Amino acid sequence: MSMAERSMGLSLRALGRLAGSDVVDRLGVRKPAERILYRATRDGFKAAGAAGRTFKAVNGNGKPKRLPSAAGTGLFDLTPTEEQQMLQESFKAFGQEQLRPAALSADTDAQAPAELLAAGGELGLTMLGVPDELGGAVSERSSVTAVLAAEALAQGDMGLAVALLAPAGVASALALWGDGDQQATYLPAFVEEETPSPAALALQEPRALFDPFALQTTARRERDDFVLDGVKSLVPLAERAELLLVAARLEGHGPVLFLVETKARGVLVKAAPSMGVRAAATGDVLLEGVRLPARALLGDGDPTVYAAAVRRARLAWCALACGTARAVLDYVIPHVNERVAFGEPIANRQSVAFTVSDIAVELEGMRLATLRAAARLDAGKDAAREVAIARTLCSEKGAWIGSNGVQLLGGHGYVKEHPVERWYRDLRAVGVAEGALLV
Amino acid sequence: MINLEIPKKFVPLVGQAHQVAEEVFRPISRKYDQEEHAYPKELDMLAALIDGMNEGSGSGAGAAGVRREKSDGDGVRNGSNMSTVLGIIELCWGDVGLLLSMPRQGLGNSAIASVANDEQLERFRGKWAAMAITEPEAGSDSAAIRTTAVYDEATGEYVLNGEKIYVTSGERADLVVVWATLDRSVGRAAIKSFVVERSNPGLKLDRLEHKLGIRASDTAAFILDDCRVPRENLLGSPEIDTSRGFGGVMQTFDNTRPLVAGMAVGLTRACLELTERLLREAGVEVDYDRPASTQSAAAAEYLAMEADFEAARLLTLEAAWMADNSKPNSLQASMAKAKAGRTCVDVALRCVRLCGSLGFGQELLLEKWARDAKILDLFEGTQQIQLLIIARQLLGKTSAELK
Repeated sequence: MSMAERSMGLSLRALGRLAGSDVVDRLGVRKPAERILYRATRDGFKAAGAAGRTFKAVNGNGKPKRLPSAAGTGLFDLTPTEEQQMLQESFKAFGQEQLRPAALSADTDAQAPAELLAAGGELGLTMLGVPDELGGAVSERSSVTAVLAAEALAQGDMGLAVALLAPAGVASALALWGDGDQQATYLPAFVEEETPSPAALALQEPRALFDPFALQTTARRERDDFVLDGVKSLVPLAERAELLLVAARLEGHGPVLFLVETKARGVLVKAAPSMGVRAAATGDVLLEGVRLPARALLGDGDPTVYAAAVRRARLAWCALACGTARAVLDYVIPHVNERVAFGEPIANRQSVAFTVSDIAVELEGMRLATLRAAARLDAGKDAAREVAIARTLCSEKGAWIGSNGVQLLGGHGYVKEHPVERWYRDLRAVGVAEGALLV
Repeated sequence: MINLEIPKKFVPLVGQAHQVAEEVFRPISRKYDQEEHAYPKELDMLAALIDGMNEGSGSGAGAAGVRREKSDGDGVRNGSNMSTVLGIIELCWGDVGLLLSMPRQGLGNSAIASVANDEQLERFRGKWAAMAITEPEAGSDSAAIRTTAVYDEATGEYVLNGEKIYVTSGERADLVVVWATLDRSVGRAAIKSFVVERSNPGLKLDRLEHKLGIRASDTAAFILDDCRVPRENLLGSPEIDTSRGFGGVMQTFDNTRPLVAGMAVGLTRACLELTERLLREAGVEVDYDRPASTQSAAAAEYLAMEADFEAARLLTLEAAWMADNSKPNSLQASMAKAKAGRTCVDVALRCVRLCGSLGFGQELLLEKWARDAKILDLFEGTQQIQLLIIARQLLGKTSAELK
C-alpha cells in the first residue's frame, strides 16, 4: 500500500471516529450531541392540531355498541347485496366524476381539496362502519362493504380515496373496539358533522423492514397516565388531523393503540409527501413525551385488537389496489386498441394482448382474495392467513400491474398527460403501507 | 351476500374425496408412475363406488356431470359444477394421473354429459368415454383438424378418416368421442364430434405414449381408417351452421376448463402441504402477521406461493360458481385455467428446489408432482391459448385480428 493510500485510510478512519462519536463518548457529551442530531431531525415539524377541535370527554356512558356479524346463507356467493351494489355504483360514479378530474392537481399539491373531503362527508363514508344507534349507517359488520367502497373510490384515485377513508378507518376502529366513553367522546365528530374530523391510523415508522409488531414508538405508564415517544410516518392528513390512532409498544406489555388528540402537548407534525398516494397529504408525526390519560388506550390494550387493526389496515390497502389496478385495466384496453404501430393496432400483437390478459387474471385473483378475507372478518372468522395472502397478491401483482400500465402506453405512459404514471406510483404504496386506514 | 367459503353442504363430499385420495390414490401413486401403461386395477372398485355416489346425490366426486343447470330462480346456487370441482381438487391432491384414469370419468364423458341429447345420454350411460381432438398437425389449433367425416347416405353412417393423438385413456375406454370435419373448406362450423365405440374395427390403436408425468394415465394414438359410425352417434346438430361457428363443440370447454383448473389447484395444494411440513422440520414456519421481508427467505417464498395458490383456487371456484348460476363464464373459465396451470408448475418446481434432495428424490412424491404438473398447463388449452381467449374477449378482437 502506498503512503498516499495509507494516509487516506487514516484520515477516513479519523473522520469516521469523529462522526461515529467515539470522541463525544469519551468527552461525555453524548447527550448534547444526540440532542443536536435530534433537533436536526425535528426540522420542519410543527405543533399539530393547533387550529383543530377540542374533543369533549364524555364519562359514564356505559356499554359500547357493537355491530353483530351478518347471518348469510353459507353458500359460496360473489353477489354483493342490493345495498352494497347501490353504494358501489354511487362511489364508483363519485370516483369517476369527482376524484379522477381532481387527481392530477391533488397529486402535484400533495393535498386533498377541502371540498372533496366535505363531499366524503356527504357520501357518509365515516358512517359505513358505525352502528346506526351511534349515528352510523349500518346494522351489521361490513368489511365487505368497506372493501367495495375503497375499491370503487380508488378506481377514481387512490390518493384521494386514502384522504377520504382515513377518518372512516378511525370511526370504524371506535365502533369495533372503543369503550362507551370513547365512542361517545369521538364518534359524533365523524358521523354528525358535514366534514368528518380529519383523522387517521398512525402505525408506520420510518425504517426499512418495518414490522408493526416490533414498534419503536413507546408508551410508558406514569401513575394513571401514559407517556408516548416516537416517530410515525406515512400518516394521511397528518397536518390537519385532529385525532390519531397511534400504535405504540406499551412497556412490559406489547403493541397497543392510543387515541391521541393532536392538540396534546408534544405532538408535532410535518408534511412528508411520498412517491405515491400524495393526495392523501401524508406526513410524519413526532411524539415527544406526549402525556395521555388512561382512557386514551383503545381496546384495553388487548393484543388481538392490535393484530386485528393491523390486518384490517392491510385489507384496506388491498381494496385500494384492486380499485386502482382496475383503473389501469380499463385505461389500457382502449389505448392498445386505438394505438397503431406497424400498420395495425398494437392490441393485435400477442405480447401486448397477453399483458392485458395477465393484468385481468392477476387483478381478479387479488380481488377474490381480498373479498374472501373481508367476508371472513364479517363472519367473525379468523382471517390472519387470508389477509396475508391478499396483501401478498395485492402488493406484488398490484405493483406489477402498475408497471405494465405504463409499459403498455410506452413513452406516453411516462408523462403526466396520462394517469398511468400516477397509478404506477400509487400501486407501490400497497405492501409498503401499514395502518393509515382500515376496513 | 359475498362469501367465499366452501358451503357446509359440500363438506361431506370433500371429506369423502379426500379420503379416496389419501387411502386409494396416494398408496399406489408411485407404483403406477413407475409402471407406465399398467392398468390401475385398484380403480375399478372405486369407479363403481363413484357411480353410486353420482346416482345418489347428483353430485359426484369425479369428472362426470358438467351439464348446465337451469337457474331455479330462487337466488344463488352452489351446484354440480362447484361440487365436481371440489371433488377434483381433493382427488388431484392425491394423484392427477389416477384421476384421469378413473373409469367412466373421462373427458368424453364430460362432452357427452354436456352436449348429448336425451336418447344419447341414455344409450351411453355407464360407458367410459375418452376424447380425441388433437392431431399430429393440429394441437391448439383445433379448428385445423384434418380428420374427415363423410356421410354415407346408403347406410346412414359417417365414415371417419384421419389420425388422432393424445387420447387420454383411449385404450381403456369403451367409447372415444372423435372430432372430425364434415367439410374442411368451411372451417370451424363443420367440425362435429362423433361417439365411436372402442371396438369399432376402423378405430385402430397406433401406440401408447411414454410421458414426462401423469404416467398412470394412458395416452393413446389412433388411426381412423374408414371408421364407420352410425349417424345417431353424432353429438349436436348435423347441420353446418356457420353463424354458430365453433360454439357447439367449444361450449364444452367453458365447463371443463374449471375442472382442469381444479386439478391444478389440487396438485398445487399437495406440493404446498408437503413443503410446509418439510420446512417446519427444517425450522421454518410462516408467520402470517409479520411482514414477509422480516422472515426467512423460505418463509417469504412459501407465502408468495400460497398466495398464488389461493388466487388460482378462488378463480376456479368463481368459474364453477358462474356455471352453476347460468352466468356466461368463458372468460372466467380461461382465467382460472391460465392462473391455475401456471401456478401449479411454478409452485411445484419451487417446492422441489426448497426441499432439496428430498424434493428431487423419488422417495417422496414431490418430484412426481412437479412432472405431473406440466400437463395441466398444456391440455384443455395451453397457457397461451387461455391468454388468447381472455385477450380476445377483453379487447373485443376476432381470431383473425388477434392470432
